[in-house]
Amino acid sequence: MSGGRNWTVRLREAGVRAMPPEKLLPDGQPVYMSSWIYLFGVLTIAALVIIIGSGVILGLKGPAWWHYTGIGHFFNSVHLWAVELFFFFMVIHLWGKFFMVAWRGGRARTWMSGAIAFLIAIPCAFTGYISQQNFDAQWIATQAKDGLNSTGIGAFFNVLNFGQMYTYHVLLLPVIVVTLVAAHILLVRRSGIVPPLPLSELGIGEAASEGVAGSAA
Amino acid sequence: MKRKRLSTAELNAAARDYEGPYKPYDLVKELCIAVVVVGALALLLTIFFSSPDEPPSTIAQWAHQLPADFVTTAVSELDGTSDTAQYGPPYNNGPSAQFAWILHPQAWLGVSHPINTAEDYVYEPLASIPGDPPLRAATATYKAASSKNQTTWTTNYTNALAKATVGPGDTLKVATGNYGPVPKMMDALLALAQSGGLDGALLTSSQFYQTDYTKPLLFMADGSLLADRAQAQHLLGGQWGMMNETGSYPGQVWLWLYTFWYQIPPWSTSANGDLLVFLVMGVLSIALVLIPFIPGLRDIPRWLPLYRLIWRDHYREARLAASRPPAGGGGTGGGGGPPEPSGAAAA
Repeated sequence: MSGGRNWTVRLREAGVRAMPPEKLLPDGQPVYMSSWIYLFGVLTIAALVIIIGSGVILGLKGPAWWHYTGIGHFFNSVHLWAVELFFFFMVIHLWGKFFMVAWRGGRARTWMSGAIAFLIAIPCAFTGYISQQNFDAQWIATQAKDGLNSTGIGAFFNVLNFGQMYTYHVLLLPVIVVTLVAAHILLVRRSGIVPPLPLSELGIGEAASEGVAGSAA
Repeated sequence: MKRKRLSTAELNAAARDYEGPYKPYDLVKELCIAVVVVGALALLLTIFFSSPDEPPSTIAQWAHQLPADFVTTAVSELDGTSDTAQYGPPYNNGPSAQFAWILHPQAWLGVSHPINTAEDYVYEPLASIPGDPPLRAATATYKAASSKNQTTWTTNYTNALAKATVGPGDTLKVATGNYGPVPKMMDALLALAQSGGLDGALLTSSQFYQTDYTKPLLFMADGSLLADRAQAQHLLGGQWGMMNETGSYPGQVWLWLYTFWYQIPPWSTSANGDLLVFLVMGVLSIALVLIPFIPGLRDIPRWLPLYRLIWRDHYREARLAASRPPAGGGGTGGGGGPPEPSGAAAA
């Protein structure tokens, strides 16, 4: 094996420097993480796993399968409810992080990647609704076209074109969402979970702040 | 101690690194449990509530259930007064393109999905009907007529359709009047639609496989069938329909803010309301992403201190530590030092 610092070695070393294994997959967490609000991040990811799993099954059988088979309708239902749960968990996660001022300490990119993931997840779900091939899809598509056309987006994003919307729903937008979620998780692991606001905000002594918050810069 | 509001720079410095105690944590196990729990939750919701699947409407259904509405819509496509005919880009150069101040994005992007309503919804489908020389003659007569005559015929016929009655086989009975060749053309189009032929005709293009429903959906949206069904299902804009779903199911509830703007002026009353709503939501979306950099907005959570609830255990410990006498000062406890780490300091 050659030991030179070739491109592969440099990439590997840069990766390990940026994200040491013990930081990527930690076996400890700060003691201040004792609220149920911290669960909603992982619940959002879990819902995304269920969405992708059920979506892959629906995609493998084709867009019309769920209309005429019981098992297809079952997986469509799982897909739908997983999406509802995904947004429910994600919105609570987002509000929770907002009220934690979670962008402090160089974590602005973490916030931004999460917010953009939320914004991209909206058209991802929307294209699913108009790929249903039922009355709901007809109505949503014919109504949504006006808003999108008014911005000019309708020139290249035609909500009345089922084939185009299906491709956006099963490939393009999910890839973007998953990529953003992955980037978000890596940023969280790299920067760590934001510590509580300093105790001085509450008028509690600095000595205690240093002792309990452990938030020394 | 008095409360001290830190500057943004001080806040960032204080939060940059955490060097305090850790507790044991199994990230992979937590994710696996979360997947099982959320999967079970989705499964329970599926078992108890299933999911809605209202069959789609077809042009054939429309022509049978609402023949007068179908023909009225078809006449508006013929004389260029329908919503689609007047729409503007991306379908045609109609006058209804939306704008806001100097922003005309709908016009800037141009006509990318061209639709000529008279040609696409009337002439071409009628031309696909084999035989029937009187129909050919009627169509030729209409095309050759002056614009004034065409308008007179279609206006008279549209007015008469308001009082039309439905006869056997869902045919229309319209009072006699000065309609020119329009009744002959519309009777043929109605019969074609009722047979299901128009559903196929509007999808036909140069190739066998089709996935683009732009033409039939725009035509149906110009009529009343879809809107009637939507109203019954609470899907209209005025019913906050953007976040509703057929039946009693939750829909895209995360669109509540989009649909909110459609309920209040000026967005609800402006002819450019769609663009205005998207502009507002665009600005709000950018603000959401850039909250960390927007003074005032980024400080709201410090003014509404819900963080005290989130970190109540941490702050309780801090208060206890602050109330204890200094270490070595005769206290009963171990002083105000940090709790012992209970797990690996991994981060």
